[in-house]
Amino acid sequence: MLHSSSDRPLVLGRHTLKSRLIVGTGKYATLELMQQCLVASGADVITVAVRRERLVDSSGRNILDFIDLQKYTILPNTAGCFNVEDAVRVARLGREILRVNENPGADWVKLEVLADTRTLLPDPVATVEACKVLVDDGFQVLCYTSDDPITARRLKQAGATSVMPAGSPIGSGQGILNPNNIRICLEYLKENDPDYPVIVDAGVGTASDVAAAMELGCDGVLLNTAIASASDPLRMAHAMKLACHAGRDALLAGRIPKKLYATASSPTEGVISIQPRPSGSGG
Amino acid sequence: MISIRVNGEQHDVPRGTTVADLLSLLQVQTRYCAVELNRRVVPREAWSHTGLDPGCELEIVTLTGGG
Repeated sequence: MLHSSSDRPLVLGRHTLKSRLIVGTGKYATLELMQQCLVASGADVITVAVRRERLVDSSGRNILDFIDLQKYTILPNTAGCFNVEDAVRVARLGREILRVNENPGADWVKLEVLADTRTLLPDPVATVEACKVLVDDGFQVLCYTSDDPITARRLKQAGATSVMPAGSPIGSGQGILNPNNIRICLEYLKENDPDYPVIVDAGVGTASDVAAAMELGCDGVLLNTAIASASDPLRMAHAMKLACHAGRDALLAGRIPKKLYATASSPTEGVISIQPRPSGSGG
Repeated sequence: MISIRVNGEQHDVPRGTTVADLLSLLQVQTRYCAVELNRRVVPREAWSHTGLDPGCELEIVTLTGGG
C-alpha cells in the first residue's frame, strides 16, 4: 500500500474521514453479513434510514446492535421522502436518535427528496428548498442530486456541505452514465474552491465504477446495492475498498494523455528488423 | 380514555398519558428511538412531561438499513 500520508483525508464539513468510501447498510441478507462488509469496505461513515419502530412483534434486533457507534459515524438519510416537509422531519428525527446516542453524526444528514418512485430521481426544486431549511436548522447537508451541473451549483449556493451527484439511478448498477456531466459538476463546484467535496452517490455497480469516479476527480463515492446485492458481498466490499484507493492513487499519480496515434514503448533505434516506410508521411 | 394515532394506527390511552407513559405501555425499546408529536420532535428529556391530547399523532421511529 502506498503511504496514505501522500494524500490529505476527505473532509466533509466538521468531519474528517479516513476512507473515501461511504457505505450503506440496506439490503443485506443478514445483519451479521452487513457488519462484516462494513469492516471489509474500510468505511468509517455509513448511511442509515429512519423508519417507524415496529410496535408489535419487536423481535428485539435493531441494526444499531450490529453497528459500533464508537467506530462509525452514522449518516442518516431522508430516503423515501417526496416533499420538503417530510425530509426535514426525517432529518430531525435522525438527528435526535444520534444525539441521545452520542454519535458524531448528529449534526448531518444525507438529503434525498425524490420525485418519482420508478426512477428515484431527485426533485431538484424540493431538494434545494429542503437544503436551505436544514442548513438554517444547523445541519450539515450532503445532497443527493442528479448529474445536472446547474442543480449541483444551486445546492452548493444553498449551503450544502457536499453535493453528491448520481452516476445513474439508485440501485441500477449502471455506473457513471455521463462522465462529462460529472466533470462539469466538479468544475463548477470546485471553482475557486478546490476542496469542496463532491461525492458520486447512486448507481455504482462494480469496482471499476468506483475507480472511475475517483479518477474523474471525485472526492469520494457512496454506494450500497453494489456491495449488499453482489453475489459475494464480502468480496465485493473488499474490491470496492481497493478500487477506491486505486482510483485515487491514479488521479494523484497524473495519468498519461489520450493520444490519437501510437508512441512505441520500446526504442526505435538499434533495431535489427527491417522497418516499413512510415505511414501518413506522403510517400 | 382518549383516542390517539401512533405510527399510523389508532390507539386508546388513558387521559393524562405522557409520551413516556405511552412508550412504556407499548413496551418500546427506547434506546434507539425518537418521537415526533404532531410533526415536531419531542426531545427525550421532555418525554415524561409531554402530555398527549385527544386526536394527537405520534411517530415513534428508529434507524434501519439504508443507502
